[in-house]
Amino acid sequence: MALLENGGAVPAGPLTKADRDAYARRLRNRSLAVAGGSTAAVLIAIVVLVPLAPGWEAVRRSFFSGEVFVETFPTLLRAFMLDVAIFLWCAPAIAVVGLAIALCRDVRNPALYPLRLFGALYTDIFRGIPVILVVYLVGFGIPGLGLPRPWNSPYIWGSLALILTYSAYVAEIFRSGIESVHQSQRNAALSLGLSDRDTMRYVVLPQAIRRVVPANMNMLIALQKDVALLSFIGPVEIFRQAGVYKSLLANFTPYVVAACIFLAITIPATRYADYLMARQARERS
Amino acid sequence: MTRLTAFTALVLSLAASAALAGGHCAAGKTLTEGKLTIATGNPAYYPWVMNDAPESGEGFEAAVAYAVAEEMGFAAEDVVWVRAGFDESIQPGAKNFDFNLQQYSITEDREKMVDFSLPYYSAAMAVLTRQGVVDAGAAPTVASLSGLKWGADANTTAVPMLQDLIQPQSNPLLYNDNTDVVEAMKANQIDAALFDLPTALFLAAVTLEDGVVLGQFPADRSENPDEFGLLMEEGSALKECVDAAISALTESGALAEIEAAWLADATGVPVIE
Repeated sequence: MALLENGGAVPAGPLTKADRDAYARRLRNRSLAVAGGSTAAVLIAIVVLVPLAPGWEAVRRSFFSGEVFVETFPTLLRAFMLDVAIFLWCAPAIAVVGLAIALCRDVRNPALYPLRLFGALYTDIFRGIPVILVVYLVGFGIPGLGLPRPWNSPYIWGSLALILTYSAYVAEIFRSGIESVHQSQRNAALSLGLSDRDTMRYVVLPQAIRRVVPANMNMLIALQKDVALLSFIGPVEIFRQAGVYKSLLANFTPYVVAACIFLAITIPATRYADYLMARQARERS
Repeated sequence: MTRLTAFTALVLSLAASAALAGGHCAAGKTLTEGKLTIATGNPAYYPWVMNDAPESGEGFEAAVAYAVAEEMGFAAEDVVWVRAGFDESIQPGAKNFDFNLQQYSITEDREKMVDFSLPYYSAAMAVLTRQGVVDAGAAPTVASLSGLKWGADANTTAVPMLQDLIQPQSNPLLYNDNTDVVEAMKANQIDAALFDLPTALFLAAVTLEDGVVLGQFPADRSENPDEFGLLMEEGSALKECVDAAISALTESGALAEIEAAWLADATGVPVIE
């Protein structure tokens, strides 16, 4: 019997469960105290030391001006609704196109090889081009061909640009999900007399899609931020509105306001994605 | 007699050089002693700077820069050019220029964060559109203009002016720079855009094939005049010296001459009612 680490008295008899529990509790309390102490020390260091920097006053005025924050917040929040709207109509389209491309890449009929090729090319191209370039090309290029209003709207073509790029990523995620379903399950389905189509529909996809939900949550969070790229072709959403304020007020605080508004959405979403992943890990183990 | 004249000339020239060396107001206040560092945009646009080469002194702002430098006591070869965008100019911390000129409009809000010199130019605002829009019935009246689909460069004071002067019926679309505004016009996503007059004239003549400057809000309008100033760091020690130079150039008529030399005559552009 060893001496207890915290220097407690060595019990006379054999260790009971109560003794072990008490020991575990002490250890836990101590690590909690250490974690709390170190976090507090870091926070205090930041709060005390940063304002001591010679340029802090200028930085505070430029980035954290309370006056500008209050002045610009309502308009920026209203502009953010446009981001949400674009996000809401893009996300379902991305899911559908992404799944379709993933299915193209899984086609096993030799006659349909062109589909496979198309799927591979599509993901290669749209994952390889920076989003902003696709937004410019599609957002200005296609309407430039002479489409009449309202069909040349930057909202339509900008959204299409996001859909093209993101569906390429999402397709790869779906494909990884589809490939994670073991071949033996397809064989079993075939032996039960299911067609290829039904095998995919009733056996593979239900498992595949569930497995990639957390990964797709990450794509949703990324999309939520990239919606701001549409501002490059005209729409005045939160990022652009913040830029206008920045220019008029010669102050970067509006960008900080925009960042706060984004965080209010993305932090809960990220935590939810973490939760889903943790739950999935538990189910698998 | 000849000797006397020579002597007088010598005395005079000595006095003049002493005045230059001792009296010039920028001494010790510039980034590099004896040099004047001037920033402009990257790229710098016509007709403000020709061929994106401010060192040539060609273009309105390049010429103004050299005139101001001379007035402050710097020879042309003592002028150093750097590039700095608007964001770099308003960021807190040390700047890499003594002053920055790229059509910065002087506004009260901006004055809180940076220093501006006295204005060196008062810009008329002008409506850039395409022949097709004019053919469809657009006229230089506020009533007609407010029905158009508007665009503007998001980083300019054209954005609030659009609201003040025209009050468009639908929300304007905003872009990063002139090029994108013109691109959107070509794509027929916007009917018209608001620019300062020289920029609008240039875009209509060179960049936009069927571009038309439909009308202008003259520079001397009483509300919201758009005046360009040299931008300096907040609390710049150089401001007084720069202001004195610009006052001198304005009074001597040199600024007006530079303007006449580089900026197109705008009297042909109808005034918007």
